[in-house]
Amino acid sequence: MRRFRRHPGAWVGSFIVLTLVLVAAFAPLLADRPPTQQDLRARLRPPSAEQPFGTDEFGRSVLSRVLHGARLSLATGLLPVAAALVLGSTIGLLAGFFRGRLDAVLMRAMDVLLAFPSLLLALAVVGTLGPGIVNAVIAIAIVDVPQYARLVRSVVLGAREEEYVQAARALGARDGRLMWRHVAPNAVGPIVVQATLGIGFAILAIAGLSFLGLGVQPPVSDWGEMLARGRRYLPDATWLMIFPGLAVSLTVLGFNLLGDALRDALDPKA
Amino acid sequence: MLRYALGRLLGTVPVLFGVTLLVFLMAWVTPGDPVVAMLGEASQGISRQALEDLRRELGLDRPLPVQYVGYVAGLLRGDLGDSIRSRRPVLAEIRDRLPATIELALAALTIAVALGVALGVLAAVRQRTWVDGAAIAVALVGVSIPVFWSGFLLMMVFALELGWLPASGRGTWQHLVLPAFTVGVSSAAFIARITRGAVLEALAQDYVRTAKAKGLAPRRVVLRHALRNALLPIVTVVGLQLGGLLGGAVLTETVFAWPGVGRLLVDAIVARDLPLVQGSVLVVSLLFILVNLAVDLSYAAINPRVRYG
Repeated sequence: MRRFRRHPGAWVGSFIVLTLVLVAAFAPLLADRPPTQQDLRARLRPPSAEQPFGTDEFGRSVLSRVLHGARLSLATGLLPVAAALVLGSTIGLLAGFFRGRLDAVLMRAMDVLLAFPSLLLALAVVGTLGPGIVNAVIAIAIVDVPQYARLVRSVVLGAREEEYVQAARALGARDGRLMWRHVAPNAVGPIVVQATLGIGFAILAIAGLSFLGLGVQPPVSDWGEMLARGRRYLPDATWLMIFPGLAVSLTVLGFNLLGDALRDALDPKA
Repeated sequence: MLRYALGRLLGTVPVLFGVTLLVFLMAWVTPGDPVVAMLGEASQGISRQALEDLRRELGLDRPLPVQYVGYVAGLLRGDLGDSIRSRRPVLAEIRDRLPATIELALAALTIAVALGVALGVLAAVRQRTWVDGAAIAVALVGVSIPVFWSGFLLMMVFALELGWLPASGRGTWQHLVLPAFTVGVSSAAFIARITRGAVLEALAQDYVRTAKAKGLAPRRVVLRHALRNALLPIVTVVGLQLGGLLGGAVLTETVFAWPGVGRLLVDAIVARDLPLVQGSVLVVSLLFILVNLAVDLSYAAINPRVRYG
């Protein structure tokens, strides 16, 4: 913990992530008006004192839309990571603990998923299920599963040979208890690091899918979708692209900083 | 070496099996009737009996394993099916677009390796100085910025403001510069981070101390001794980055209207042109698998420990 507090990235990362959470929670209070409120007399206005981020092609407040976008980005970043974490960790735990044929089958399946470039696999899933935010979240979850499976498996393989695990086994502990009480806790640290970095990746990937028109579908909007729409008004209305892009970048940077700091703090070798 | 190469080659077989199976199954997971999807608008007003006949004609009534074998046999003949939208063979569509993507990926890879390794070595050698801090910060920002935004920023500055380079399309080498930089810089950031770590680790080894002790010039110690031994993780990450590069290329191709496979795939997804989606995913994945195979074999050549490990 002390190591974490001394890490310069930890402070900046925590600050960004905390800010994001607060913005997501209090977006309606922070924004001067609802993100969907149109004002057709004030279309495509550049940033001003009244509208610090300018307005879009329907005269909607870009500031309000960016603030509200934090909600969807955070949710769509957390969901696939949570799903992948649960599924992947279970696979890794079972594979590493029971070894043998189960291990071989599960890990070969993971190898197949890893054989695809990650964004391509996400596109394949969305291409199969159809565009949409739910399918995009499923896609990113599937992409992430092998990472957790491999990570947990490697920790478990090491841990199951430890003396305290052998001792517990000798004392008559059953497989289930051994697995969850004695072996699994070893994986918590690495999983936290992986998940923190994973949220950044997920937010980036979902924004990418939305940018391609395969994630959130209008009228719902996230930062990626704002970028895709803003592109049509280049080179004149640059503010339509600058602010949502800045929001994505800062968010991902925050999670990356936090993840790096956690890794340095938890990994004694670093 | 031959033994290792053969083993690695054999290890690819189950992966190829899995990848083709997954791509084959896409047609069955996808919502809706594949025959209706294939016919598109023409399916309206066709009798149920006619649909059944067509299904039998296409062999879609046979058990899945039989169909899969047929699918793989088709692949081996280079038959990826026909695009629903253009009615052209999928392979021909991909062949038209693949050179553009490979061109972009190779240019981006060159930029990524040159920038990434230089930045990483610099940071490692000047560890815990402002140079190191700046290099880490640049790499971290590079990893965090989405390519579809950095591409736009580069386009704004160099194409629209300064007018030095074309904003989009493919043709001269100038067209390649911005997309290649966009994809390359994000990969460079990853490579820089790994390079820094690997070089730092190598610099802490005994043989580096020996090399320093016998009075070798610092430049020589870093380049000949440390970097050389740090190559293994670097080559690995470069191989893996190629996947990221291909992924980044999908997004970048959209930003710069670069006529590659990525753009083709995204258009195919939007049009629900499943054969074309399957074909593009398959071809790019196979490419990725082949490259990684080559990477593995090359570092077996670099490092004897891999061969005998």
